Amino acid sequence: MSEENRAMQIDLSRFRETFFQEAAEHLAEMEAGLLRLEQNSFDPELLNAIFRAAHSIKGAAGMFGLEDVARFTHALESLLDGMRAGTITVTPEHSDVLLRANDVLRELLAAAADGTASPARMEAVLGELYVAQRSSPERADSPGRVREQDRKSGRRQYRVHFRPAAEIFAQGMDPLLVLRDLAQIGEPAEVEIDLASLPALASLDPEQCHLAWNVRVLTGKTEQEIRDIFAFVEDGAEIRIQVESAGTEPAAAPVATPAAAAQQTPANAREASIRVATSKVDKLIDLVGELVIAQSMAKEIADHFSTPRLSQLQEAVAVMERHIRELQERVMSVRMLPIGHIFGRFPRLVRDVSVQLGKDVRLQIAGEDTELDKSVVEQMGDPLTHLIRNAIDHGIESPEDRRRSGKPEQGLIRLAASHQAGSVIVEVSDDGGGLDTDAIRRKALERGLIGASDSLSEDQVRELIFAPGFSTAPAVSDLSGRGVGMDVVKRNVAALNGSVSLASEPGRGTTVRISLPLTLAILDGLLLKVGSETYVLPLVAIVESIRPAAGQVRLVAGRGEVALVRGEALPLLRLHGLFGIPTQVQDPCQGLTVIIEHGGQRFALLVDELLGQQQVVIKSLEANYRKVEGVLGATILGDGRAALILDVGGLSQVARRAGSVGLAA
Amino acid sequence: MQAVGPDKSQAGNAGEASQFLTFSLGAEEYGIEILKVQEIKGYSAITHIPNAPPHVKGVMNLRGTVVPVVDLRAKFSMEAVEYTKFTVIIVVTVNEKVAGLVVDAVSDVLNISSAEIRPAPDFGERVDTRFISGMAGVGEKLVVLLDMDRLLTEEEVAAQSGAN
Repeated sequence: MSEENRAMQIDLSRFRETFFQEAAEHLAEMEAGLLRLEQNSFDPELLNAIFRAAHSIKGAAGMFGLEDVARFTHALESLLDGMRAGTITVTPEHSDVLLRANDVLRELLAAAADGTASPARMEAVLGELYVAQRSSPERADSPGRVREQDRKSGRRQYRVHFRPAAEIFAQGMDPLLVLRDLAQIGEPAEVEIDLASLPALASLDPEQCHLAWNVRVLTGKTEQEIRDIFAFVEDGAEIRIQVESAGTEPAAAPVATPAAAAQQTPANAREASIRVATSKVDKLIDLVGELVIAQSMAKEIADHFSTPRLSQLQEAVAVMERHIRELQERVMSVRMLPIGHIFGRFPRLVRDVSVQLGKDVRLQIAGEDTELDKSVVEQMGDPLTHLIRNAIDHGIESPEDRRRSGKPEQGLIRLAASHQAGSVIVEVSDDGGGLDTDAIRRKALERGLIGASDSLSEDQVRELIFAPGFSTAPAVSDLSGRGVGMDVVKRNVAALNGSVSLASEPGRGTTVRISLPLTLAILDGLLLKVGSETYVLPLVAIVESIRPAAGQVRLVAGRGEVALVRGEALPLLRLHGLFGIPTQVQDPCQGLTVIIEHGGQRFALLVDELLGQQQVVIKSLEANYRKVEGVLGATILGDGRAALILDVGGLSQVARRAGSVGLAA
Repeated sequence: MQAVGPDKSQAGNAGEASQFLTFSLGAEEYGIEILKVQEIKGYSAITHIPNAPPHVKGVMNLRGTVVPVVDLRAKFSMEAVEYTKFTVIIVVTVNEKVAGLVVDAVSDVLNISSAEIRPAPDFGERVDTRFISGMAGVGEKLVVLLDMDRLLTEEEVAAQSGAN
């Protein structure tokens, strides 16, 4: 291993914890999805969600070199892809296999987290996954199936002698873990401990291993597979594996059932933690100290109060107020993390992916000190991974093509973060060929995303790459090209109240620009009025606002109202009706309709008037009250009144219900 | 003295006094345990909450925290009155949740010993006694003591069943 490689590995280890946390969340998501899938046999949205979770795990596992996890999730993903595409009909057996795969994946991840060997039943379940997708071409070269047959050919009794290197503990290994793995591959084994080299207590070095083990194990595994278990401890160790008998299968071989094995899975619930620079904590302590002094001054004045001292008291209160405000800001900043926290994992990604694709790519990083809310930073990992992969896979051309078009052979990907007026901008740009709008149009047509007669602007065509199920990659590779990338990016960013935009120039490259709020606690909003109430609408969701002309609002099927905007019929929601607010503005032509987009669906919201744009601090409504449908939270306006922030997702569900009435006609 | 000591404390236990904040709703006097009261403030602007029960008037800004406001007249199905500058909001904390209660006026803080508290009489169907923890005669007045925990917890339960 070269010096550079070693450095990279160590660097990567910082993010392992994050990866395992994320993977655990994705797993939970998958499991919940699979369980729901069993109930409503084929819900494409649900399959998409499960698929995305598996895809995210696969991508990150590949990056960390967890080959078993990546291989396993790839098989899982292929099956899900077939189900999603409709080439595989979903049966109850499928969900059994998928759930079992989910369990195995959890064990795999736990094993990877602890640095122990992968669970023994992985290969068996891997085989099941391949079998389940009968029509898939990947079946033929499935390693899982071959091993499946091996296993049926009978089991053997092995005698394994294992004397670990004396300094095994210093290497961070635990021989017990190896023995546990050995026990898992077959029958509950017979274990003998060999104390021959155990020194007398006086001369015993407690940091060395003086023990050896003889293990008898009955298993269907080959000698090589058993040897693999010792892969991490073989340096300096004495390992002998002998076949004792090509034993006949005992009548009732107690094979670990999936359920039993699942119960053994350790529940690795890790608590969320935050790492804070010591200087920040020191500053907090200083401030608290000053606050205590200010408080004791105020108390002294209050204890011996006389009217002439009023101004002193007021001053003391003002000092406290100033300290408290600063304390508040500083405490908020504890939640802020430099975005470099996630940037650090990308050099390795770029290197691996470009090697795999036979491209020469350099990554340039700027603005890694830009600070963002911790939760925003953490949730940017997946979207940025997708974007960088896409840039290498689809953006940067092959060295030959680049030479032909007079560019340097080495492609350049720039990852830059910066502050801009209360938001953080993260840009991923490449100097590749730019987006091929003709190819996108063709593909979208093929996928049925647009109609043949649709006339779209170049910008609108580019936006199509954010549509779920869209992909222009001709071959399904390990990296991208399943069409999950860009819609995941858009969703994740939207979930953080951010927005994604795209700029591309043919022959010059593509830039994806992500705009994120500095913190989840602050939101760019549009203030609007209905009756005497003021509401805040998140700015990112707004497409435009129009005052409909007479005839632009129609009643469909006598119930649902739609607004006709440039030939598109959008469900019309009357906010005053929805929230039961008395208002003079009943005629849509008197008020304003705000066109809102959420999750690819558009609808029109009728309000009385727009008041203007403002940044608002999000306050919880649930802390003292409860969740209200259609309301995200509350905020305090400049005049001291509380105002509710509208939940675009909740409203769009209401719109969908209303829309289904309207569009059914 | 020593003989009297335990006697006294026993008497103190039996008639342990608690402080109650009393307020008026129409002609009636109500009391709530003072330990539940965080503060008393004048009426401030209330923001309507969509699809809330009629007695939940909305939310108000309490120094940066958003707090629901419950109108006790509406809660007890009493005739509604116009809010004026004399309308008072009692801010209470129950189960770590903060809520504002709109009342007509705050009257007094009274010491009421547990011996003075009588269970609420059964009004039959006419009056909802679930939120009443007892009644106490203080001077000429009869004070209805409210069970804040139950009043606001019922609130939550009702709200949740409404949400589902």
